[in-house]
Amino acid sequence: MTLPTMRDQADFTVQADDDGALTIALAGPLVVSSVGYLDPRLRQLDGPVRQIDLSGVQEIDTTGAWTVWRLARDNAAQITGASEEAERLIAALRPLRGDGAIVPEELPLLTRVPAFVGDYMMALGRGTLGILEFLGAMLLAAWKIAFGSSRLRVNAVVRQVELVGVTALPIVGLMSFLVGIVIAQQGAVQLQDLGFGEMTVNLVGRISLRELGILMTAIMVAGRSGSSFAAQIGTMKLTEEIDAMRTIGVSPMEALVIPRVLAAVLVMPLLGFYSALLSIIGGAAISTLTLDIPFWTFINRVQEVVPTHDLWVGLIKGPVFGLIIALTGCYQGMQVKGNSEEVGHRTTVAVVQAIFAVIVLDAFFAVFFTELGWG
Amino acid sequence: MSALHYTGDCPIVVEGLTNAFGDHVIHEGLNLTVRRGEIIGVVGGSGTGKSVLMRSIIGLQAPAAGRIEVLGQTMHAGSYGGGEIDIRSRWGVLFQGGALFSTLTVAENVEVPLREFYPEIGDELRHEIARFKVMLSGLPADAAAKYPSELSGGMRKRAGLARALALDPELLFLDEPTAGLDPIGAAAFDALTKELQDTLGLTVFLITHDLDTLHEICDRVAVIADQQVIAVGTIPELLALDHPWIQEYFNGPRGRAAADAQHRAKAIDKSNGQGA
Repeated sequence: MTLPTMRDQADFTVQADDDGALTIALAGPLVVSSVGYLDPRLRQLDGPVRQIDLSGVQEIDTTGAWTVWRLARDNAAQITGASEEAERLIAALRPLRGDGAIVPEELPLLTRVPAFVGDYMMALGRGTLGILEFLGAMLLAAWKIAFGSSRLRVNAVVRQVELVGVTALPIVGLMSFLVGIVIAQQGAVQLQDLGFGEMTVNLVGRISLRELGILMTAIMVAGRSGSSFAAQIGTMKLTEEIDAMRTIGVSPMEALVIPRVLAAVLVMPLLGFYSALLSIIGGAAISTLTLDIPFWTFINRVQEVVPTHDLWVGLIKGPVFGLIIALTGCYQGMQVKGNSEEVGHRTTVAVVQAIFAVIVLDAFFAVFFTELGWG
Repeated sequence: MSALHYTGDCPIVVEGLTNAFGDHVIHEGLNLTVRRGEIIGVVGGSGTGKSVLMRSIIGLQAPAAGRIEVLGQTMHAGSYGGGEIDIRSRWGVLFQGGALFSTLTVAENVEVPLREFYPEIGDELRHEIARFKVMLSGLPADAAAKYPSELSGGMRKRAGLARALALDPELLFLDEPTAGLDPIGAAAFDALTKELQDTLGLTVFLITHDLDTLHEICDRVAVIADQQVIAVGTIPELLALDHPWIQEYFNGPRGRAAADAQHRAKAIDKSNGQGA
């Protein structure tokens, strides 16, 4: 019996017996590249298959053998004309199964949603406890460094100061300069209408030193360094570097967390102040052009109209924001386990949480300092 | 055999391969020919460039000089075209750590090459293929729905093997498949490799440090030293050579222990055979 063979694709012919039972004659290569179109057609056959003839099959691999064997198994059909290779492959597949789940089973929607909400709330609770626990462990480690057995890794701190602070100078500077320009320009438009054009100096000076300098720096540092802390530590967790440190007797808290937190705490007030200065310079530059206030007059006026406590407000917030950013970054990094997707997820969480916490705290500080009489 | 499969005698031919990282020369004028249907073991000290050789052959590493021919196609690093069928659908690679995609389950990992090369295969058949390949690699059926992070090191290697076998390759590259496995797991993996070679007619390129693997399943062994393949042959043939590294490798305490184990196993087989 000769069969029409398509180039590269497997094909078959069906012959029905008197009682309706089918004899399938397969032809062509029966390999992974050729059974794609054949398989659905075989599955759609109606009527019991009694015999599967393989004498027209030139070539076979496990996928082809599986197609034949599954058809034979489901119909209790007989396989005839199989080459030695086909028989060997089918024999190897006989004990294997093709059924069963390929992804873990999902719960039905009505169960899944409450379960998700419950898990989420529990995770939120655990996360809060976890970060408090982490803060406690870190303070303990800091205590040991200050008064006891452990040593401060000065080199690591210096390195982190460089990464968090020095390398951030260009971007923070540029951003603050531009924000200063925007505030001065927009402020001037509104204030000139009221006839208080010179008040632009007050606006730029006070808002930069008090609020915007430190807040924008915090957001930038959270994005630059908080994320990198989480990703670095998370990757080290995955590659078991953290475990290796523990077994050698190096505390990850002491070697990884403390230097990063300390660096962030030290650098944040400096970066915040630098940012405020650049933003004032930006404001002064635009005022020279649009308000006819000479540059140096603007700078001198800032000294007169901005109270010193505005500077303190900015400087006090700095270390607190630095602590929050570094702590969330390191904590989220330490929580990584399992796979590489987790590193990305934890990094995102670290940045989002840090920025959110910074803004909430900033609001709290605003009220607090005003109550204190530093309004 | 039709044109779908390679019918020549030497699926891998490496001629004059030179690899260097900066000033550090890894290979210089390396030659190697792998015969169809054999399991070739590649040995060499650490840092002699066994993995680099494998990466050059599969096109992940651009060699500084030399010609590499795989399944009759000349390889150019970074490009896999040229042949009638994409060469990558005709080989399977098991990396040292398994290199499973960590966000996919084992079965989904096996499905990746199937989806990539043969999108016409229906979901039903593709799932079935994934499941039976998982079992063919010696994993229990319920491992199919697990994520790589839930598996032990040995199971991860088997899952990697299942993915390497997804397209019924003609060539199988194994990078230290038994490293990090317990002796029972390693012996089982050896037996599996041998069995798959017999059933599927594979040509296997096997990098290993495992002397038992070499004795047990390798048809020939290629020794890399001094930036070259200094010898290729069966273990007795290699032992007849007078190279100090080869002598130390196969005649060191571990080499002898592996050889003795092999002799004992053969003797037991023989006496069982007579008893039956």
